[in-house]
Amino acid sequence: AALGAPLRTLRALLREVRHAAGRSYRDSPAYRHVLAAFRAHRVTSKKLCRAQQELHFQTATYLCLLRSVREHEALHREYHGRGERSPQEVAGLVGFRLPQQPGGKG
Amino acid sequence: SDSPGGFEINLDHRKLKTPQAKLFTVPNEALAIAVATEWDSQKDTIKFYTMHLTTLCNTALDNPTQRNKMQLIRAAVKFLETDTVCYRVEEPPALAELQKNEWDPVVAWAEKRYNVTIGSSTSILGPNIPASTKETFVSHLASYNMWALQGIEFVITQLKSLILSMSLIDRHITVEKAVLLSRLEEEYQIRRWGNVEWAHDYDLCELRARTAAGTLFVHLCSESSTVKHKLLQD
Repeated sequence: AALGAPLRTLRALLREVRHAAGRSYRDSPAYRHVLAAFRAHRVTSKKLCRAQQELHFQTATYLCLLRSVREHEALHREYHGRGERSPQEVAGLVGFRLPQQPGGKG
Repeated sequence: SDSPGGFEINLDHRKLKTPQAKLFTVPNEALAIAVATEWDSQKDTIKFYTMHLTTLCNTALDNPTQRNKMQLIRAAVKFLETDTVCYRVEEPPALAELQKNEWDPVVAWAEKRYNVTIGSSTSILGPNIPASTKETFVSHLASYNMWALQGIEFVITQLKSLILSMSLIDRHITVEKAVLLSRLEEEYQIRRWGNVEWAHDYDLCELRARTAAGTLFVHLCSESSTVKHKLLQD
């Protein structure tokens, strides 16, 4: 399925998990689970092991998920996240400042 | 955390519940870990629109559309009548050529893999799918459990194609390739007229994320733990 080297996929996935999990990524369940799964599958000596291919595909799919979510969120923040300007900002656009009313609006 | 019915997710010592207030349990540990990771990635605000696996689990647990297994399967197979890769244009010739080169192979793969006739059509009515073809897919999908089927139906709805979804679930193509093939016309127009990041890339990332989530969900829900166990013993 044109996946490339499994090790490369694994490294990319671990990088994404680090992004997602934050500072203590090494203790995160995802990090530990992924590494354990890869180690477990190294035990079998067959090169074309079907389970290995399945694991690689799963790794690549999870990598795609984490990466796409991160990219989507980044695009959302950049283009769709700003929301409306506050009244202060609107006034500032034309060089005005809102009046200060110590007693409130009254 | 492990429990008799499956795996639960704890948020700061509180048990996670579904929108219909059922206890959130998943049948597979890897899936539970992935869901927990989605929750861990949330910073100041909970962005549910990024939590695709959580959403899929909620759908599987609550079944808000109240469909049974056969209804779900029939809905999935019905998509074949309007399958993206079977619906061809005649104009412009470059796009027609692109569709032929990119989609013919995956249709051929499906026909061979499932021993069916599918074909393609430029008619507005779409391809004429034989009843035997539909029945083959119905019985194939019946071999999946309810959770996996929710995932399959989700992927089909995202890609607008049963054939691309089966190709993906059978690991014949990657998520990126499936999404590319699903968006073939968009990609063609982008190449002609230019890319608009805040629209095109936004949609592309979202489709990739959802499709990847759906695919992962299907595979994790239909995994047999005996295979793993055997490997660990070697």
